[in-house]
Amino acid sequence: MATTLNINGKDETIDAAPGTPLLWVLRDHLKMTGTKFGCGVAQCGACTVHVDGAPTRSCITAHDSLDGAKVTTIEGVQGRAADAIREVWVKNDVPQCGYCQSGQIMAATALLAENSSPSDEDIDAAMSGNICRCATYMSIRRAIKEAASEV
Amino acid sequence: MFLHDIGIIPGGQKTDAVGKDTLSITNLSRRGFVVGSSLFVVGVALAGCSSYEEPKIDPDAIDLPEAGPSPLTEVKGGDATPALWIAIEEDGTVKITCHRSEMGQQVWTSMAQIVADELEADWSKVQIVQAEGHERYGDQNTDGSRSVRYNFHRLRLAGAAMRQMLTEAAAVYWKMQPSECSASQGLVSNSQNSDTLSYGNLAKLAARLQVPGEADITVKDPKDWRYINKEIPSLTIPQITRGEGTFGIDVDKPGMVYAVIARPPQLFGKTGAVRDADTLAVPGVLQTVKLPDAKPPALFQALGGIAVVAEDTWAAIQGRNALEVDWIDGPNAGYDSEAFAEQMQQTAKRSGTVRRKRGNVASGLSSAANRIEAEYYAPHLSQSPMEPPAATAQWDGDKLECWACVQDPQATRQTLSDLLKIDKENITVNATWLGGAFGRKSKPDFVVEAALIAKEVGKPVKVTWTREDEVRHGYYHSVSAQRLEAGMDENGRCTSYLHRTVFPPIASTFVPGMDVPTDGEMGLGATDVPFAMPNLQVESGNAKGHLRIGWLRSVSNIYHAFAVQSFAAEMAHAAGRDQKEYLLELIGDARTIDPGDEGATYPNYDASIEEYPIETARLTNVVNMAADMAKWGRDLPSGHGLGIAVHRSFLSYIATVIEVAVGADGTLTIPGVWLALDAGTVINPRHARAQMEGGTIYGLSNALFGEITAKDGAVVQDNFPSWRVLRMGEAPRAFEVEIVKSNSAPAGVGEPATPPAAPALTNAIFNATGHRIRKLPIIGASGSKLSLPAKETA
Repeated sequence: MATTLNINGKDETIDAAPGTPLLWVLRDHLKMTGTKFGCGVAQCGACTVHVDGAPTRSCITAHDSLDGAKVTTIEGVQGRAADAIREVWVKNDVPQCGYCQSGQIMAATALLAENSSPSDEDIDAAMSGNICRCATYMSIRRAIKEAASEV
Repeated sequence: MFLHDIGIIPGGQKTDAVGKDTLSITNLSRRGFVVGSSLFVVGVALAGCSSYEEPKIDPDAIDLPEAGPSPLTEVKGGDATPALWIAIEEDGTVKITCHRSEMGQQVWTSMAQIVADELEADWSKVQIVQAEGHERYGDQNTDGSRSVRYNFHRLRLAGAAMRQMLTEAAAVYWKMQPSECSASQGLVSNSQNSDTLSYGNLAKLAARLQVPGEADITVKDPKDWRYINKEIPSLTIPQITRGEGTFGIDVDKPGMVYAVIARPPQLFGKTGAVRDADTLAVPGVLQTVKLPDAKPPALFQALGGIAVVAEDTWAAIQGRNALEVDWIDGPNAGYDSEAFAEQMQQTAKRSGTVRRKRGNVASGLSSAANRIEAEYYAPHLSQSPMEPPAATAQWDGDKLECWACVQDPQATRQTLSDLLKIDKENITVNATWLGGAFGRKSKPDFVVEAALIAKEVGKPVKVTWTREDEVRHGYYHSVSAQRLEAGMDENGRCTSYLHRTVFPPIASTFVPGMDVPTDGEMGLGATDVPFAMPNLQVESGNAKGHLRIGWLRSVSNIYHAFAVQSFAAEMAHAAGRDQKEYLLELIGDARTIDPGDEGATYPNYDASIEEYPIETARLTNVVNMAADMAKWGRDLPSGHGLGIAVHRSFLSYIATVIEVAVGADGTLTIPGVWLALDAGTVINPRHARAQMEGGTIYGLSNALFGEITAKDGAVVQDNFPSWRVLRMGEAPRAFEVEIVKSNSAPAGVGEPATPPAAPALTNAIFNATGHRIRKLPIIGASGSKLSLPAKETA
């Protein structure tokens, strides 16, 4: 049963079983592997994408529930917040292994788009759903504040 | 952690210097470092010249004597032949081969910094080629915090040899002496005129020159380093921010199918009756494959069970959910970690095997003016890299190719050869990027699974471990029980110290019934204790393994540093002394220590004790640095406490001070961490600082929340949050790192920040509250916030 999804501004026809999470549609069907699998139960944030601009865990979001929605992934996210986040991420070498960073960048971009000068508490609230085992938390915190000053 | 460090798996990963590949590489060494052949002319605008057109060199028009083989195949660290590591393309691109696995430690960047500095390469032209698993590269086991230590010398030689050959090639072309030519930033210039020749233009001619011997190679003076010890940006991160780059789980091959595996809940449990009709009815499921039951010893075997193969990962997971299997109990069915902890604690109360001895501890203790004793317990842990294990395998007749997030592609290749009974020459193992590893991905069991399933299915197969698989079927950090006793004189000075440690050894995973802690593990924080008291004894007690015991970032240093550095603070308290001052007194005068002088068999991280002695002055120095950074002794708000710990591991010296704030309700936060590192020569201070933060948080996460338990032989935890890890809101608010400026031999940075984290934290909690924590984890999985039991808080 084919579904049409708008991903990064482009309509994609998907032929996946009903209920298949967006994560696996992106990774296995569309070969867009920037969005990562970490836990499958919305506990780690590695799979974070934007659905109509809102950070969303793609591992528990059925792809066929997204009719008419605009999905943005790490491969396609752009704009002032995303540009600023990417810039400081590179400038400060924020990631270590990088595996969780697609999700971190999507979460941080959504935070910055909503809140141009987040406090520590705002950052904790927005980012505590994203686990990083390399523990780049301090770097992420510093980088979000630096990006905020540039947006 | 190397398997041969702990005296098991002999041979397997050693380099075979003689063989077909070695010969072909020797040949490459004279010819191989030029790629591409199109003719072109390089236009370079130079300061002071209106326009200079670099002549295109035709290397075949120049007569040169035939060069002999590379004399650099067996220098310290392995083969330093330039062609093995460096390829220069005609457009000037410098391709540097990285034979270690990139897992966030920025090894691509650090290896390239070493080579490119000596080569005088233009950094903007540097690209990395990830090496496949092959003996020609020497050791590839990216574990044990030693990529720099093992390769610093030979990669400097390789880069410098190549620079000299490029310089010599320019001299040949210009008909000058090499001493009149010099290389800088990808160009060779000369002292007679303003002409220059670019590396891309010179490479083919240089390839025909004799590789210089080690005695004829001049490496740079450290003051001339351009990239080494500089904060060069990572080579991987720009891609990461765009979702590019290929991790093991991202591999895609034409016609590939996807598999997940239902494994027996117990180690060495067996697969009984299987009912897979519902599985096969799931849309997208293609077939099931029964894997052979695992038999002791575990090694890197597949664990058995039933693989579900499908058109996508989700269908495979759904198919597995629908599967019914009658698991048959195995020899570990009775394993209950709570009961086992009790057994280990009893063992720790009894005399053990003496592993290091100074003076007479028994008489020292009995004649002491004051005695204290304490018992510590630390649970099993899971590495839990954010990328779970994943591997793709593809067969072509009897040839096997694999792509996987492995820390040791050579051991992977050897394991596949041993277990699948195929010639190693028919196996190719490609290391992808690793989405974290922490020791888990140096065990290639998941690649074996992929190879077995792909053979059965006849298509390329990607095996993905779900988080539940990773948490429930790992190679766990060992559980441990320890007992320490100290005797003090009337002034509170420690005169006698007894440390007894009990834990199932990693060797239990490789040798059936092995229950004796190995010298390698004992040397990770127990037999290498740097204390100066006149009577000292370190003992071990035996314990059997019932899960697969493996290595996890810093390995036995975690529980040993927790116990030893906690006990140091307990002694200070008993003596009525300041933690830091007492710690310095325990360490004593500046000297070097060889535990071998006191009966220990001490591997010293596979390094010679002469080149890397245990230097107490370096311990003392980092203690003082960290204490100064934290303003040790300052007035603190109510409920706050500072704690300190120092530990040498992986040949580096680290002291950590942690400040905790404990609220009236037991809420625990960490306002600050101050860490001093002495790792000798540091290739990239920025990335070393990142490892200090990461290693510390990894240790804090384990200490606060980490606990793997087992019941009826099966691991109880299954995913986040029952296996809980530290999150952003729980991270320290401030984190400062200082690195000792040093040209000493390089030591490790990936692991050594982890061991001092837990005792610095518990020592801080003690100073804040008077509550001494001797059993980990401090909080566990179920707390909704960082909190101590309210009754325990002061």
